[in-house]
Amino acid sequence: MATPDIQLDAHGRLRHFLAIEGLPRDLLIQVLDNAERFAPVGDRAVKKVPLLRGKTVANLFFEPSTRTRTTFDLAAKRLSADVLNLNIEASSTKKGESLADTLRNLEAMQCDMFVVRHHVSGAADFIARQVAPHISVINGGDGRHEHPTQAMLDAFTIRRFKGGFERLKIAIVGDVAHSRVARSNIQALRTLGVADLRVVGPKTLIPPGIEAMGVTVCDDLDEGIEGADVVYMLRLQQERMQSALLPSPSEYFREYGLTAARLARAAPDAIVMHPGPINRGVEIASVVADGPQSVILEQVTFGIAVRMAVMSMVMGTQAQTGAA
Amino acid sequence: MLRIRDGRVIDPASGHDGIADVWIDDGHVVAVGRAPRGAGKAREIPAKGMVVCPGFADPGSHLREPGYERKATIASETRAAVAGGFTTLCCTPDTSPVLDNPSVLEHILHEAGEAGLARVVCLGALTVGLQGEVLSEMHALKAAGCVGVTNLDRAIKDTAVLKHALAYAASAELTVFLHAEDYWLARQGNMHEGPVSTRLGVPAIPASAEVIAVHRDLTLLAEAGARAHFCRLSAGDSVKPIVDARRRGLPVTADVALSNLCFTADDVGGFDANFHLRPPLRDARDRAALRKGVKSGAIDAIGAYHEPHDADAKAAPFGLTEPGVSSYETFLPALLALVEAGAFDLPAAIAAASLAPHRVLGQAGGTLAVGAPADLCVFDPALRWVPTAASLLSAGKNSPYLDQPLTGRVTLTLVGGRIVHELTGPRA
Repeated sequence: MATPDIQLDAHGRLRHFLAIEGLPRDLLIQVLDNAERFAPVGDRAVKKVPLLRGKTVANLFFEPSTRTRTTFDLAAKRLSADVLNLNIEASSTKKGESLADTLRNLEAMQCDMFVVRHHVSGAADFIARQVAPHISVINGGDGRHEHPTQAMLDAFTIRRFKGGFERLKIAIVGDVAHSRVARSNIQALRTLGVADLRVVGPKTLIPPGIEAMGVTVCDDLDEGIEGADVVYMLRLQQERMQSALLPSPSEYFREYGLTAARLARAAPDAIVMHPGPINRGVEIASVVADGPQSVILEQVTFGIAVRMAVMSMVMGTQAQTGAA
Repeated sequence: MLRIRDGRVIDPASGHDGIADVWIDDGHVVAVGRAPRGAGKAREIPAKGMVVCPGFADPGSHLREPGYERKATIASETRAAVAGGFTTLCCTPDTSPVLDNPSVLEHILHEAGEAGLARVVCLGALTVGLQGEVLSEMHALKAAGCVGVTNLDRAIKDTAVLKHALAYAASAELTVFLHAEDYWLARQGNMHEGPVSTRLGVPAIPASAEVIAVHRDLTLLAEAGARAHFCRLSAGDSVKPIVDARRRGLPVTADVALSNLCFTADDVGGFDANFHLRPPLRDARDRAALRKGVKSGAIDAIGAYHEPHDADAKAAPFGLTEPGVSSYETFLPALLALVEAGAFDLPAAIAAASLAPHRVLGQAGGTLAVGAPADLCVFDPALRWVPTAASLLSAGKNSPYLDQPLTGRVTLTLVGGRIVHELTGPRA
């Protein structure tokens, strides 16, 4: 795997944040620890630290996003960076400009960091290899490949509520095949020491050979969430609800939707997670999404601190200096 | 007269493998071994320590002209080909305009003649514009000189069109060069479906896309009575049905691209676009079965499937890059590495790279038999060298071998008895 080579500098420090795969456990822990230091910033009256003052962050979104872009935007602003939000889907590519040319133009605007979301797997890796050496790239989701900051905010949430990783039973449920969130979470949770990691879904939504990533596969939800400490529900994309992969949203909900009755099969203190936005009544019942075991909104809040940690780390500014 | 002295002469057609002299006169091989009767003074080319063998033939060369001169030209690629020991190239019809009518063919043959290096033959498009809907004028293509017809990897969606195209090709007595692939299973994919595509989240092409199409095509071929050549097999399970069909008397041959014998999907590793191929690199089990197929003769030929690209074609995220490898100049050392690894022996490798593809294409080369055209190459099997973007003669620098040490290099290539390539300068 070539990706980790360019993520780390000669001293093993983070230069880009492209994929969880290949990152050592210590570094993931460091992200979580730094995020802990940033978390209180959001509770202050003045929600700012000066770590990235004078730096310019460009959010390059080649596919639409609300939550991820907004939290990256907030994270950068709380670090005092100047932020440029570019919805590229609607501009250059429609005019036939190549990705490489788009990047050259943005470089000419003297940005220091690119946060990138793109619909093709490997796009963040490609961009990191193209840009000038002083620019850091953070992957905000590439195709079906990885969404590493999402995995870190999920790990942060799990550690907050469960205290650690090693002894946990975690089930990831739903459309694993098309999910970059699932892939990054699998990489992160395995690296952090989760031994019992399961993926649950119909065979049409579980990609072949996923066992090689260190998970067990189950196509029955009741069986898959038995005794789980964390139940992680994936979003079902609209276009897959009625297709050759699935017959209907209602059948999907009957077989794979998380209801209160089903959740009762998990550990009594299990938490329920979801990367959002949720489809109520498709992958999750409202009573569960809004219930006491749901930590879905906490995930969003923690996302800001985690993204602040990652941004400050790739820019080489340590969290301790400003956030304490 | 030319005398290539003291080389290890390997001629799979006759089974010859031993130190000998090759005598050439008037564009043809006139003797292997002792001087021919009445031999006059010959120019001598020393070949001690070298291998002398028939020149290679590529059944699928994307020469990019007309239409894609930004990638390569017939002049640049025939130059690269002879440097790699290739003496016959079969040009694919994916030009712009598509080679579905004689005028494009005439243009290509004219340019190849001007370049005056490797011999160039052409495949015509099986359907107009390679669109898979309307049959091309196959009789006209044949009359103009096409050696076969193909729809390349543009899978024909409608099985009825495919059935009719095969039947029509049969009545035109043209060999159909098939890239067996089920349109629906392959259409969104960029690599082999397996653990690597799962890990990288790259849309995938299952092996079944090819295996199903091989079975389907064989059934249709039997009905149509057409002669066919299966191009660049990638799945191990494709081999047996072809062998079985041949046993039943079907006139079918098959080849594999050298890349599929050398690499697997694991080599895609971290989105390396140099390993983006169509059909894709599959897993180690497939690769082993393909190697075994070459060894047993179940797979007749090994092709270069030379696909030169401009830098922009590979400068994008993996799935948005264009598939293919620029392969002429690294073909021989890669083939020798397979021999070294025990995949098959050297005479078998040379047979699969020279004799077999020449036969598939209906061409006279591929042998050093007396009277055959003197299309041959001499290579140093031990010469170590490092290909670089600057040193490759192909306009396509899309090679996974750039800046890697390789062993074995073509030092001399003859086409029709004429020296068309001679390695000069520093050799390491």
